[in-house]
Amino acid sequence: MALDKIGIAKRIAQELRDGWYVNLGIGIPTLVANYIPEGIEVEFQSENGVLGMGPFPFEGEEDADLINAGKQTITTLKGAAFFDSATSFAMIRGQHVQLTVLGAMEVSQNGDIANWKIPGKMVKGMGGAMDLVASAENIIVAMMHSNREGESKILKKCSLPLTGVGCVKKVVTELAVLEIKDNKFYLLERAPGVSVEEIISKTEGDLVVPDFVPEMKL
Amino acid sequence: MNKVVKNVEEALTGIESGMTLMLGGFGLCGIPENSIAQLVKMKVKDLTCISNNAGVDDFGLGLLLQEKQIKKMISSYVGENAEFERQMLSGELEVDLIPQGSLAERCRAGGAGIPAFFTPAGYGTEVAEGKEVRVFNGKPHILESALTADFAIVKAWKGDTEGNLVFKATACNFNPMMAMAGKITIAEVEELVPAGELDPNFIHTPGIFVQRIFKGEKFEKRIEQRTVRTK
Repeated sequence: MALDKIGIAKRIAQELRDGWYVNLGIGIPTLVANYIPEGIEVEFQSENGVLGMGPFPFEGEEDADLINAGKQTITTLKGAAFFDSATSFAMIRGQHVQLTVLGAMEVSQNGDIANWKIPGKMVKGMGGAMDLVASAENIIVAMMHSNREGESKILKKCSLPLTGVGCVKKVVTELAVLEIKDNKFYLLERAPGVSVEEIISKTEGDLVVPDFVPEMKL
Repeated sequence: MNKVVKNVEEALTGIESGMTLMLGGFGLCGIPENSIAQLVKMKVKDLTCISNNAGVDDFGLGLLLQEKQIKKMISSYVGENAEFERQMLSGELEVDLIPQGSLAERCRAGGAGIPAFFTPAGYGTEVAEGKEVRVFNGKPHILESALTADFAIVKAWKGDTEGNLVFKATACNFNPMMAMAGKITIAEVEELVPAGELDPNFIHTPGIFVQRIFKGEKFEKRIEQRTVRTK
């Protein structure tokens, strides 16, 4: 069965490594913070200026001066730090943040990502996404394999305006874990009960399928 | 040097139609709300506003949009604002969207005397159109220019009579860089204290970057996305 949002977040959480600083985007990526594997320590950075982000506050304990990049009220953990936006993006551009997890409308087999603009529709802006994808060494995209019309979003070439080029290395969808290298998608894992045929049929980009594709362990 | 002005009216003296303003804040967090209310009263028009966001319909820079006082917005993200959308789609409002890190660094550069810099952000996208590309360490970068403003308006938690500023939590955001990049920088603060009361070891923005400082009359500090968990 295809994964739900929580399943995708759980699978991405398995990619976290001890000692990493991690920036999580809005939506499914935010959920990753709830499933940190036992025995490892990671610290979350939010680009509006906080390291050591904790869970949402209890009702009545919200602080208007303490939010994340999605403008949601948050808390901080012991050892947290605040800083200005230039310092925040120095952390990102300077590759001090080890992992970026973000959503996408499309990815292509050369690692391009599109997630900020649909021509003809209201443009809200790219926020920090272009800075994040241009610099992160390690980017995982959390997304749905196809759109509501059933068209694949895992493409040979993105059709939407790009956010970054050649930057995505791994994609986790409700159906599969894909790695991007040598201008191809490599099928690493499939969601429990999802067939390789279904993944092939829903992937427009070139997909390399090994003889044995293990199921994700969640 | 004493930078104190008696109120918001005096602080914003000299702001005229057609000027470029920088306004600190991220969403509604850390915005100079008293100064924005005063800009509405002053009825200055054709403003170019450099600010990460454009407020919401009835708060923050949304108040200036309602009165059609803004000609151009330079921002990284402008969602959550119906009037903004209407003015943008009708062509009344010019909008320049730039990556958030580039916006922060362009303000910092403007204040630091660096006319331009190379960044990888936006390479290969429409943001790079018309910009010089150069490869450093095997990676392409685009040339981004510094931003400055006639006036920068920032909001701090505490300030002293010398203009030294301390910000609170994530209300810091763009305020320090914008304070550096204004020809005249106005700081509105929640607490204004005599020189010597703030520990010099913990000043975020040194007073040299601030020309006028005043205590804001009231701070609503509206929350844009109140998100809580249950006990």
